[in-house]
Parts: sequence; C-alpha cells; structure tokens
Amino acid sequence: MRTKLMQIGQRLLQALPSVFGIIVISFVLTRALPGDPAVYFAGMMADDNSIAEVRKSLGLDRSWIEQFFIYVGNLLHGNLGMSLSTGRPVLEELLTRLPASLELTFAGLGLAILVAVPLGVLAATRPGSLTDHACRLLVTAGVSLPTFFTGLFLMYLFYYLLGWAPSPLGRLDILYLSPPHVTGFFTIDSLLDGDFETFWAALRQLVLPAFTLGLFALAPIARMTRAAMLNALGSDYVRTARANGLSQTTVLGVYAFRNAALPVLTTLGMVFSFLLGANVLVEKVFSWPGIGSFAIQALVASDYAAVQGFVLAMALLFVVVNLAIDVLLTTIDPRVALEG
Amino acid sequence: MKRRDFLKTTGVAAGASVLPFLKYLPAQAAARDDTLVVVVGDGINSLDLHRQGTNRPSYQVSINIYDRLVRFGVKTLEDGTLAYDSTKIEPEAAESWEVSEDGKSITFKMSPKAMFWDGTPVTAHDVKWSFDRAVTLGGFPAVQMKAGAMSSPDQFVVVDDMTFRVDLPMPSKLALPDLAVPVPLIINAKVAKAHATDADPWATEYLHQTPAGSGAYKIVRWEPGQQFVYERNDAWALGPQPGMKRVIVREVPSAANRRALIERGDADLYMDVPAKDAKELREGGKVKVDGAPIDNCLHVLGLNVALKPFDNLKVRQAIAYALPYEEILSAAGYGRGKPMFGGSEASPSTIEWPQPFPYKRDTDKAQALLAEAGYPDGFETTLSYNLGLADWEEPTALLIQEALGKIGIKVTLDKIPGANWRTAALVEKRLPMHLENFGGWLNYPDYYFFWAYQKGHLFNSSNYENPEIEALVNETLHMAVDDPKYTENVKRMIAIAFQDVPRIPLYQPYLDAAMQKNVEGYAAWFHRQLDCRSISKA
Repeated sequence: MRTKLMQIGQRLLQALPSVFGIIVISFVLTRALPGDPAVYFAGMMADDNSIAEVRKSLGLDRSWIEQFFIYVGNLLHGNLGMSLSTGRPVLEELLTRLPASLELTFAGLGLAILVAVPLGVLAATRPGSLTDHACRLLVTAGVSLPTFFTGLFLMYLFYYLLGWAPSPLGRLDILYLSPPHVTGFFTIDSLLDGDFETFWAALRQLVLPAFTLGLFALAPIARMTRAAMLNALGSDYVRTARANGLSQTTVLGVYAFRNAALPVLTTLGMVFSFLLGANVLVEKVFSWPGIGSFAIQALVASDYAAVQGFVLAMALLFVVVNLAIDVLLTTIDPRVALEG
Repeated sequence: MKRRDFLKTTGVAAGASVLPFLKYLPAQAAARDDTLVVVVGDGINSLDLHRQGTNRPSYQVSINIYDRLVRFGVKTLEDGTLAYDSTKIEPEAAESWEVSEDGKSITFKMSPKAMFWDGTPVTAHDVKWSFDRAVTLGGFPAVQMKAGAMSSPDQFVVVDDMTFRVDLPMPSKLALPDLAVPVPLIINAKVAKAHATDADPWATEYLHQTPAGSGAYKIVRWEPGQQFVYERNDAWALGPQPGMKRVIVREVPSAANRRALIERGDADLYMDVPAKDAKELREGGKVKVDGAPIDNCLHVLGLNVALKPFDNLKVRQAIAYALPYEEILSAAGYGRGKPMFGGSEASPSTIEWPQPFPYKRDTDKAQALLAEAGYPDGFETTLSYNLGLADWEEPTALLIQEALGKIGIKVTLDKIPGANWRTAALVEKRLPMHLENFGGWLNYPDYYFFWAYQKGHLFNSSNYENPEIEALVNETLHMAVDDPKYTENVKRMIAIAFQDVPRIPLYQPYLDAAMQKNVEGYAAWFHRQLDCRSISKA
C-alpha cells in the first residue's frame, strides 16, 4: 500500500512539467487568437480613448512576459483571474459549472457502459449472430450520428411531439430550486437532502442529454469490449479453463472478462476525457450550464483568463482520470506497474 | 414540504453570487398566473450597465430595476402592435422639468413618489452621483452620454435635495431623449458609496452583483449562464403597477429549443425571434408574434470608398442597381422588414427616415454604369459578413454574390467571427464590401448620419468622407427639429446618401417577439430589450 502511494505521488510529480507546459501553451495560444478583448469589452459605441482605458484596466498594455509572470503568480495563489464575459472569478465559474458537466458526462458514460459492455461481451461470444449484427448497427449509428443531431432529434420526438420529456431547460425545470450544495451533482445533493421530488426532477432533465451523450460514447466501448473479449476467448488460458470443465459463467466472467477489462478500462479513460470536451454541443442543445458552453463563450469573446482556466482545468482532470485508471488497472491485474 | 412550492429557504445554489435569494415562490407560481417565463438566447453578465464588459442583453436588467429621470411613451402602431414613441417623453423619477430660455440647461424637479427599495427618497444627490459615474467610468456609457452633449461631472448640478440641473455646452435636441435611454439610470448613492473603496470609488464590484435602485422590479436571483428572476417592487409608484409579480428569464442557447418551448407553452415570451421563426410561428397560429420595425435601423451593404474600385461613384451605383432587393427581403429577411428600395424620388421630399432609396434591380443599367466606370468586364472583390448575425447575413450574402456575378463582379465570401467583427469592420474599417446593421437609439436622421456617414465615426465602415455631409451634420445634430433649417438640412443629407450610396440599404428590420395568446402589453423598444413593466396576462 505504501509503495503504491509513493508511486501515485511520483506519478503526480511527473505530471508537473506537462501542466506547466499546458499553462505556457494556453497562455500563448489565447493571445494568438484573432480578436482584441479590449475592443470587444469596450462595447459597440466605444471610441479609441475608451478602448485604451479598457486595455489598461485589463493589464493588456503590458508586455506578454510581464503578463505571464503576473498570471503564474496569481495561479500560485489559486487565483485564476476574472472572467470578463461573465464578470465572475474564473475559479468560481469552473467550480459551479464543472459538476454540471461531470454529472452529465458520468450519466452518459454510465449509460454507455451499461449497454456497451454486455453488448460487446454478447457479440464476442456469438460472432456473426443477430446480437453481433445489432451491436455493429448500434456502434455505426453511435459513431455516425452527430450529437447535436441526436439531441435535437430526441428532443423533437420526446419533448415536442410526445411531451414525455420535460422542457429542455438545463438541470432543473423552472419551478425547482437547486438542492443545497454538497457535491454539485443535483441528483446526489437532492438525495442527501432527502428531497425525492427534486431528485426526480433533476433525473428527468438528465435523461435525454445523457442518452444523447451515451449513444456517442457507446461505440468505442462496445467495439473495444468485443475485440478484447474475442481476443481473450481465443487465448490459451480460456481454452485450458474450458478443457478443465469450468462453467461457462466462470470462464466468461473470471478468465475472459477480467483479462479483457484492461483495454476496456483504458478506452474508458480516453472516452471520459473526450466526452468532457465533446459535450459542448449537447450542452448547447439542452441549455446545460456546463463547462463546455462556458469555454465556447469565452473563446468567442477572447476572454483570456476564462479560456486559460478551462484548459488548465481540463488538463488537471485528464491527469487525474488517467492516474485513477492506471491505479485501477494495477488492482485488476497485478502485472501492470504504475510506472509502465 | 414540497420544493415545488419553493418553501425551502436555506443554502440554495452555492456559488450563485451573493444575491438575496428567493425565499419562496408562493404556490400559485405553479399556476403561473402572475409569473412570466421568458426565454432568451444570450444571458446577462452583469447587473450594472456602467461596468466595463457588460454585454448588451444585460441592459434589460437596468431598464427594469432602475428608474431614470424621464422615459419614452408608448404608442400603438397601425397593426395594433405597441412600440415606444420617440417623440413622447414622460416623467419618471422627475415629476417635471424645465428647459432654460437659452436652451443650455434643463432643470428637473424630483418626484416625491420616487423611493429606493430601502425606503429612502430618490434625491438630486443620487442623480448627480449616478450621472457622474456614467460619464466617468468610460466605455460605452460615457460615449452614449456624450451623444446627448453630456461629458463632464461639472454639467450635473444639485440645486437642492429635490432639484437637479443639467448644464449643456449648447442647446441640444438630443439631451432630453438621451436621458431616457438605459444609460442614465439612478443608483442609490448612499448604499453604493457605503460599498465603495479607494480602488473602486464607483462601487463597480458591489453593484455588479447587488443592484441598488428604485425600479418597478428587483432582481431576486441570478444564476449566471442559466437564469435570473425579477420580482415586482410593490412600492413602486412612478407608473401603473406592472401586471406580472414575477418574471423568470431563462437562457436557452439553441434557437430551435426556444421555439419548441414557446410552441409547447412552457415559455410565455420569446424575445428577439429570428425572422424565419417569426414568420413560421405567425403562420402556425399557436402563439402570437408581435413586432415593429426598429427605428433608425437599416440592414445595409457597405462599400468601402477608401478602396478601389468602390471609390468610383458609378461602381457604387451600378451595385445599387444590381442587388436583388426583393429576394433578399423575402428569402433572408422572411418578409420581416420594410423595403428600403424602389423609391420614386431621386431626391427626398420628406425627412422621413429611413425611407426607400431610389434604386431597384435593373441589370442593364447596372452593366452600363459599370462599363462607364471603366469595368466593362467587372472585377473581383470580397464580401464580408458577421457570423454572429449569420441568420440573415448568410443568405443575403449568397444572394448578393449571385446577383453581382451576373454583371461580371466576382465575389468571394468572407465570414468573420462575431468577436472579430468590430475590429475589422468598424475600427480598422478595412472590409471592401460588407453587411452592416447599425441602428441609432435616438430617433433622428441626423443622429444616424452622425454615426454612419461622418468621417472616422464608428459605424462609418465605408470610410465615407464628404465635406458637405460633415458641415451639414455638425450644424444639424443638436439643432431643434422645429428650426426652419432642420428640414432642409436633413433632406439634403438624405439626397447625398441617395446619390453617393456608400451604404446601400437593403431593408429596415423588425424586432419580433413571440408570446402566448394571453400575454398582453408587450412593446417594441429602440434598445431591443424587454421592458417587463407593461406586460400582463389576461
């Protein structure tokens, strides 16, 4: 256990250079964006004078080097700067919006896993069967349907035509208040509060966007599960297990699936990170107040601090998710070492 | 205890700023008799209009929660739609006013009925502090105040507690109307000063999230990126009591969703509907669509006279004769505009503005003019447009490209992201041919010419320069409309615009709002925002 903790610490240390690199790159890239934030924020009717005033008050009249050191100094104090477009501290924005995105992503990913993994296993055990073809169809659909289309389509069908889904107004319908903040996940917070009505409302809001996202995430997971299971099922140890007369469940569950789980988990890590960024479109379609729509808005307005904060948050998240997956892998398969 | 009844009181939405939260919504909120649900595309980013970086949608907050000295009246258009009346100025926080004989100062008598939310009276001191703030903080508020000839705190004088005077460098017809636009709002100076610091003497940090006003509505909840909620200030006595007790403004970025919400009846009002949806919603008949032409606003094709070949008058006229106006209005504007082409007079007989320009599609004439200008085989150029306004600019640009191709002008389309548009088109003024949509808040033709036709001015994206226009606008801008020279000068300006066409008007757009059939009292405003005070539900 101790060595494992040390290894984790080491991994975190290894991430430092890449995080620093990301800080530098995001700083330079945001400034290389076309568009001048001073002009943008001075407003439509501003003249040269007022633009210069805004530029000065934003600190943009200083050199890049100076700006960079100020930025890094602030970062060390945990200050990510002010978002100009929303007028609030970037850290506060990220902290309120990240849970929304995470809740949606986890729900989408959870749905995808629930469907994709059994489907992949079934398809692998019966290659060429109807299940296998169904799996292929679903995977193809998931890959080829753009999320905004799926989102709009589901909404048209379930909200506009059938009226089953609640109005696509973000995390809660108009008449509900958000539950007391604990985790930031409305479904969890409302349960902690023992408030089932809000839980139900939050869940209802979550279904369509999570489904949209899930359909998109399903494809790589199902494909990877199928391939990995096929591989495992064709291996020597499964043949040996079968020859020794072990039951089908034991062979599939213990020998084949446990080995197949490694590549699937790795894929999950990738898919998760990818989804966090990719749910921008879903957030737009469902008015979901997440981190993706915030980033897009910031990019359009050349809101430097907000864009940098977003990139940094995503980078840190990526590091953490990958680490978590690696740690999980070592518990599943002792042969895998953390510094692999 | 049901959350639906909004009885929960504590700990709601951490991080949703320091606003006093809505303690409860009474049960009838569910029935929504006195609650209005509004959907908008872009959210607000501040509760303080004077702050730097405050975006346009945020103006609606200051309209509803703050009072001004005066306000514009509302009139009924021929088709029954309500719209603001630029010619009628009514008292608000000032019960009366008097213009001095030389026209160089306006003295306002404060209304004793004007009370801030904390119960203290609105005094001349508050007005002075607020106006000083508007001209001192810079940026857009300062520029807008300057348009009404107000640029220095010295011009704002407290005569006594309830008497306030504005001194002007010269008499100006724009001064009084400029006090009715969203910018010169009245802030509770005592509260604001208590939260001012040396680094922030105008309390911008405080007022950004915590308004201190006297208006008919208060903001009770603001969750950035999601929604904000107005609640009626029942003590407000500066006008008829507003019909809605509560107004919930919800941000819905996708236009398709906004439309679905209004059609399904989950939203009561949908502001700023794109022309296509406005037309289809109107034809659909499920909801009502109210709209009025936006005063002093034109969708134009700008030709940059500083760049060849647009420096050539004949080239500009040739293009004005080549444009497919009818198609643009029907296919890009979905008919939601007033035609600004096909006028019968080569020089105007009235000072109505905007009025149709004397051009209509005539390809032969266009070709002849182009040949006369020395371009019988046409030329190549680019047509730039703002991606942020793609809903009408994209189809318009495509139609123009096709039409100009017929007279040999090869047009390449250039899409510019919304954030860069201003720099390229208005500041650097470097786009040869471009689509532009300036609208003046103050409804005077000379005010439009001031911004769009005078040298170096922001919306003169065509780099137009004409000594006669310079002289005419300078002379006319602050002139009273009953001055005998006014009509003559304005007619001359319009005649020059007809002749020189640095900006070719396509149509005057509408501002459309879709609402449930029981929503009444919606009025179209020059600031293109929702004034909730007049709305009620039948």
